[in-house]
Amino acid sequence: MTRPVYLIAGGITKFAKAHPEMDFRLMCKQAFDYALADVPALTLDMIDGSSVSYFSDHFTRQLMAGIMVHDYLGLCPKPSRRIEGGGATGGLNIQNGYQEIASGRMDCCVVVGFETMSHVNTWKGNEFIALASDTNFDFPVGGFYSGYYAMMVQRHMHEFGTTCEQMAHVSIKNHRNATFNPYAQFPAQLSVEEVRAAQMVATPLTMLDICTMSDGAACLIVASEEVAEKVCENPVLITGIGTGTDAMRLADRPHSDVVLLPHESGADYENLRYPGVHSFRGGRLASKLAYEAAGIGDPREALDFVELHDAYTSSEIQTYEDMGLCRYGEGGPYAVSGRTFMPGLDYGLKLPEASQVPVNPSGGLLACGHPVGASGIMQGVFAFWQLQRTIEKHLGRAELQLAHPKRGAIHSHAGTGTYISVSILERP
Amino acid sequence: MDPNAKLPETQEGTVLFNLDPIILKHHWEVDYLHSYAQDSPFFAGLSEKKLLGSKCTACSCVYATPRAHCMECGSPTEWHELPPEGRIHTFTTCFFGGEAFLAETPFTLILVEFEGADTLFLSRLAGVPEEEIRIGLPVRARFLRNSKFKPTDVYFVAMDGAQND
Repeated sequence: MTRPVYLIAGGITKFAKAHPEMDFRLMCKQAFDYALADVPALTLDMIDGSSVSYFSDHFTRQLMAGIMVHDYLGLCPKPSRRIEGGGATGGLNIQNGYQEIASGRMDCCVVVGFETMSHVNTWKGNEFIALASDTNFDFPVGGFYSGYYAMMVQRHMHEFGTTCEQMAHVSIKNHRNATFNPYAQFPAQLSVEEVRAAQMVATPLTMLDICTMSDGAACLIVASEEVAEKVCENPVLITGIGTGTDAMRLADRPHSDVVLLPHESGADYENLRYPGVHSFRGGRLASKLAYEAAGIGDPREALDFVELHDAYTSSEIQTYEDMGLCRYGEGGPYAVSGRTFMPGLDYGLKLPEASQVPVNPSGGLLACGHPVGASGIMQGVFAFWQLQRTIEKHLGRAELQLAHPKRGAIHSHAGTGTYISVSILERP
Repeated sequence: MDPNAKLPETQEGTVLFNLDPIILKHHWEVDYLHSYAQDSPFFAGLSEKKLLGSKCTACSCVYATPRAHCMECGSPTEWHELPPEGRIHTFTTCFFGGEAFLAETPFTLILVEFEGADTLFLSRLAGVPEEEIRIGLPVRARFLRNSKFKPTDVYFVAMDGAQND
């Protein structure tokens, strides 16, 4: 039987193009110290160990950097391990922390992640990232993740009629949300025309459809009920975790039946060839497992907000569908409906419907930045503060605080949909 | 013991970007011996102008990008020659890329679907103007005359008369 697992504190560094004044250890220490300061009753000796994540040994050029972080935080000789799973590295790390507590192995665990992507130029960085595709068959053909995602969305557009204007709405929403988030790297007020007129990267994705590279770190402290009660006034429960996978190669996506969520039926998708390259069945399975564990029947009703992995505007739209916020094929219209936008903010857009499940209130990866090993944890920190209702305390302003959030989901995503984690967070 | 021992001084110095904090340039280059291992016959096939996929010996699943074992049932596959023609399943034209490919931009990536194959094949498309590239366009494999034993030894062009299809 697993034990309840609580989030008791979080911290992040500002995400930036480069942080040359801090190495990865100091960035992690800064995020960790911020979290510790939020729970003064928690002392270092009460922490049983850590779980450290970073994506790329190439960016870091320091093997076993995980233990160097653990050492720098003053946690030796306690247990620690490194977690890595591409873009989902941070989300998987939170789930590892969850497992440390749920299993009874630890009562308090530091989950911390970082990436230092500024050490090479953007195009070498893209080359490093593309090494996370099959180096026999994919990388040598022109290894470029933006190209892979562009091919996926071309197919999504072909299957479902999704448009570039719908994708631009995601960019506008997330960049605008980030104007109220001082941790974000790239806040902006944009128009559809500006998103489309930006430099084309891989048709149809422009620079403003794609997240940037970043330096940054993020930290969450997870704890058992006993420790949470002792040190934290308003902890948040992790009520379910789910993980899904798919083949590394985009080309290896045969067609089969849709993995159904509790609120769907097979009749919804009689003619859909699935997942093809337009959908992420790993994201669908991760959602299903997390919803089942958290007792969620209909995510549109049960979730008050979602922080999801929007490395591309297109992948945010694909993920709406995987997570069951709308049906497969409806992600484009859903993106412009208004339902995913924050209530009360002016986006300079005419939105026909009211806010329902705000997606990426923080600004997401598109606007906060994407220091890979930290990104999933950053989502967890913002979701934690959102549920604690402490956004104003931590961001210094309250525009992004939802009124009465009870339950939120975080979603972290790797490769071309290769590892995906979904975790459900709840105010107890 | 020599109390006056000296290490030799060298002249290469260090490329310095900043002093506070100190940022210096570190050159990093390796020769890496990469084995295609069980995928090797595919690359040998390209040098003979053959496009080899694989077919599961148990469940008959056909892979347009070969895999030595079936992802559906785990059984060994056998080599299976693909038809030289297929269709564009999806595409993109890249105006940027990883550093290794930056000089080749813009280039067009396609996933090719083949009659009788259950999965796709990633390749490049040549000779089709960007505005004429579309999903479903019939394409034909061409092979480099001088093999490099890389997946780019094969690429695709429009079939003759494809614009009328």
